[in-house]
Amino acid sequence: MTTAADRTIVTAFEDNDGKPLGHGRMLRKEDPRFVRGRGRYVDDVQLPGMLHLAILRSPMAHARITSVDTSLAEAHPNVRLVVTGAMLAEKGLAWMPTLSNDVQAVLATDKVRFQGQEVAFVVAEDRYAARDALELIDVEYEPLDPVVDVRTALSPSAPVIRDDLEGKTDNHCFDWETGDAESTDAVFAKADVVVSEDIVYPRVHPAPMETCGAVADYDAVDGKLTLWSTTQAPHAHRTLYAIVAGLPEHKIRVIAPDIGGGFGNKVPIYPGYVCAIVGSLLTGKPVKWMEDRSENLISTGFARDYIMRGEIAATSDGRILGIRTNVLADHGAFNGTAAPVKYPAGFFGVFTGSYDIEAAYCKMTAVYTNKAPGGVAYACSFRITEAVYLVERIVDCLAYQLQMDPVELRMKNFIKPEQFPYETKTGWVYDSGDYAPTMRLAKELAGYDELRAEQAEKRKRGELMGIGVAFFTEAVGAGPRKDMDILGLGMADGCELRVHPTGKAVVRLSVQTQGQGHETTFAQIVAEEIGIPPQDIEVVHGDTDQTPFGLGTYGSRSTPVSGAAAALVARKVRDKARLIASAMLEVSVADLEWSKGVFHVAGDPSASVTIQDIAMRAHGAGDLPEGVEGGLEAQICYNPENLTYPHGAYICVVDIDPGTAKVKVRRFVAVDDCGTRINPMIIEGQVHGGLTDGVGMALMEMISFDEDGNCLSGSLMDYLIPTALEVPDWETGFTVTPSPHHPIGAKGVGESATVGSPPAVVNAVVDALKPFGIRHADMPLTPSRVWEAMKGRPTPPI
Amino acid sequence: DVVTGVGINVNGRKYGLEVEPRTLLSDALRDGCGLTGTHVGCEHGVCGACTVLIEGRPVRSCLMLAVQADGQDVTTVEGLAGADGLNPLQEAFRAEHGLQCGFCTPGILVTLTAHLADHPDATEAELRHAVSGNLCRCTGYQNVIAAAVRAARSASAR
Repeated sequence: MTTAADRTIVTAFEDNDGKPLGHGRMLRKEDPRFVRGRGRYVDDVQLPGMLHLAILRSPMAHARITSVDTSLAEAHPNVRLVVTGAMLAEKGLAWMPTLSNDVQAVLATDKVRFQGQEVAFVVAEDRYAARDALELIDVEYEPLDPVVDVRTALSPSAPVIRDDLEGKTDNHCFDWETGDAESTDAVFAKADVVVSEDIVYPRVHPAPMETCGAVADYDAVDGKLTLWSTTQAPHAHRTLYAIVAGLPEHKIRVIAPDIGGGFGNKVPIYPGYVCAIVGSLLTGKPVKWMEDRSENLISTGFARDYIMRGEIAATSDGRILGIRTNVLADHGAFNGTAAPVKYPAGFFGVFTGSYDIEAAYCKMTAVYTNKAPGGVAYACSFRITEAVYLVERIVDCLAYQLQMDPVELRMKNFIKPEQFPYETKTGWVYDSGDYAPTMRLAKELAGYDELRAEQAEKRKRGELMGIGVAFFTEAVGAGPRKDMDILGLGMADGCELRVHPTGKAVVRLSVQTQGQGHETTFAQIVAEEIGIPPQDIEVVHGDTDQTPFGLGTYGSRSTPVSGAAAALVARKVRDKARLIASAMLEVSVADLEWSKGVFHVAGDPSASVTIQDIAMRAHGAGDLPEGVEGGLEAQICYNPENLTYPHGAYICVVDIDPGTAKVKVRRFVAVDDCGTRINPMIIEGQVHGGLTDGVGMALMEMISFDEDGNCLSGSLMDYLIPTALEVPDWETGFTVTPSPHHPIGAKGVGESATVGSPPAVVNAVVDALKPFGIRHADMPLTPSRVWEAMKGRPTPPI
Repeated sequence: DVVTGVGINVNGRKYGLEVEPRTLLSDALRDGCGLTGTHVGCEHGVCGACTVLIEGRPVRSCLMLAVQADGQDVTTVEGLAGADGLNPLQEAFRAEHGLQCGFCTPGILVTLTAHLADHPDATEAELRHAVSGNLCRCTGYQNVIAAAVRAARSASAR
């Protein structure tokens, strides 16, 4: 719970008062520019002669393109360039690889495969003229039947969406399985109780406040392309552009400036980026592309869209024996899922959750439909949102069946602290965890027993109050390069640290903040290790010419991977500083002790040198010890040995108006354990944001389609995002179970709340509806759908 | 295209701009005045990232034409800080961690500036209502409200 003490501002880090330790509540370095309107986001970039690009999009979900007439658009006085799919095809650029080794059309050539798909683009003198010219392009379409309902996509009569793929005669995308079918079946056969439930995680959208965009600037004289773009993975993008566009990689500079939120939406490469590059190559001018909200919602990476059959087997006294699931995954028209290559279903394999069970099995089928590509986004940690929703919902269904308290059922089945590192039945090795104290703290903060008593009272009066519990284990920090790569790029991260002669420092990261506070927290990590105050450490990120290679920020991987790299690179610099200190103090290295930025002679604290003294000596006149080069800097590429597995216990309290079926989230208690906490203030903010996502998904958000494949959620009028009125004051708490393999014991946390909160909210709503005999209801639990639930059971949201 | 001359007083300075009648005020401020703190998050008046003050009243600059602002006083986020540093509202946002990516922040600061000017003693519940027309994807609003409360208290303490 937030206490007054937590709100106390610690300014010690800001005034250099001799307390250089890094970890703790430090105010953000980013804020002074943002609160003045002095951030620099992509659309703020203005370059001499810059032109503007707009994209013509398909009004249809599935249609053959019979002709494209651009003559009127080309005649527009302010238009410089009009490009169609056919023109790109001539240059071999009409298709690009996706992050899942599929291909995606940059501009449609043969046919369109989802509403909002890119068909042509215009480059004009200004944004208004570019949009005008879109109206002047005449495209003739021959409509085809669309595949909208994923459950019919594999029927023999379904139209084939991907006839661009050689020999493709159906809409099958991939099959995937994990766990052991035979042993799981055996466990189910011997169980006292088996509960089965169809559970849908509907299609939603990350909808960052800033949409996607880019400014491409190709300089024909030196042959160099500079691309400002809304990318969470600037280095990976650079490499992919080199492969796609055929430009040499050292002549591509990707700059991710300030980004107005990413939430996984800004991991993939979108056709718009490629169009901007093509536009600049062809015009020789800088070209800006900035999509509008509708384009963002209908064409960029969606999230979720898993239809899951969840099954759980248990003894009659509540010992969970096994979990089995069958998943139908809707991947849209192109498989653009951002996931490590060997993990087409991401990390869905962690669906066994926080429980010690005997067997587990999952079989998944992914299919193409006439919808936008995506799947992995919106703080999902590579499909863990779906995995945790499945297990936490099906465990609640079991509790309902056994008439057991949902907290008690969970506590009874937790993996025990002494079992870590714990290998799950699907092969994931959880690093550490002590689940019961986390659950108990959440119960205590919520006043769980009192809440149940209050609920019993209210039920007697016919009032609808629900208490929802969710306990999750996350898996973040992809990942060990032997297993994990994105299109062949190993998921390690670089870090460089350079200490200047006067003892100030610059640290260069391969990851890319989109609001998570890296400029502050990475300075804290380095400060803690090397004793230079964080305000004396500048954090550089997002510019591929200036930072070491790495895979970027998503999957809550910054702290696990890049944070480890930052700590280790600082230790490497400290090791060198120790050699220099031994020369300065004329003692052997073994006689030196380190404390907060100072080396001193053991037993004689007065004989000491500071890291600042050492930095000057490293760059100054005079000899350095044998074998020590001048300067004080180091670099590293960190390859994590495992993921980190943070956990959390969430309790949600809802009230439902029996007359309108409107759900009000009255309270929400979130206890998170992400190991060592670098900056509690920032963690709390991450959790608040993620909990709001969770309430949004559970109660309001959904990308839906009509039977013709029209996207019905193409604006913020229809795609509902929580405002300050839909969310309560969050109550947060924490426990600390460090990751044993991480250099500072820290685990990732950014996505935990988004992963853990939807099941807590849904469990609370279903709990409130218990008097109506409801065991399950699908998201989003809007008033109309809750009303349906009160009348029987709501229809699935597809 | 027809171009019209307009004079808009932004943050106490007069800008003479040549705009089309259809030019949105948000574009005029960002491109014409070079004041890029005002952001565009939806262009249909829902998100509130483009909120500016016209004659002290909060307005969606994406739903207003630049020509309509001719001769009017406009305040954008760039006009909030004093010569000697951040104003109490801006300080409060930093102190309470009321922002993350910073994209919604200018619109929220401007909205609260108007609200606190009219309601210096606003309660927490009133402040929640006051920012309910501004979407934020990062903060979950709680620290935004905490910052607003802190600013209200620091104003009433003076």
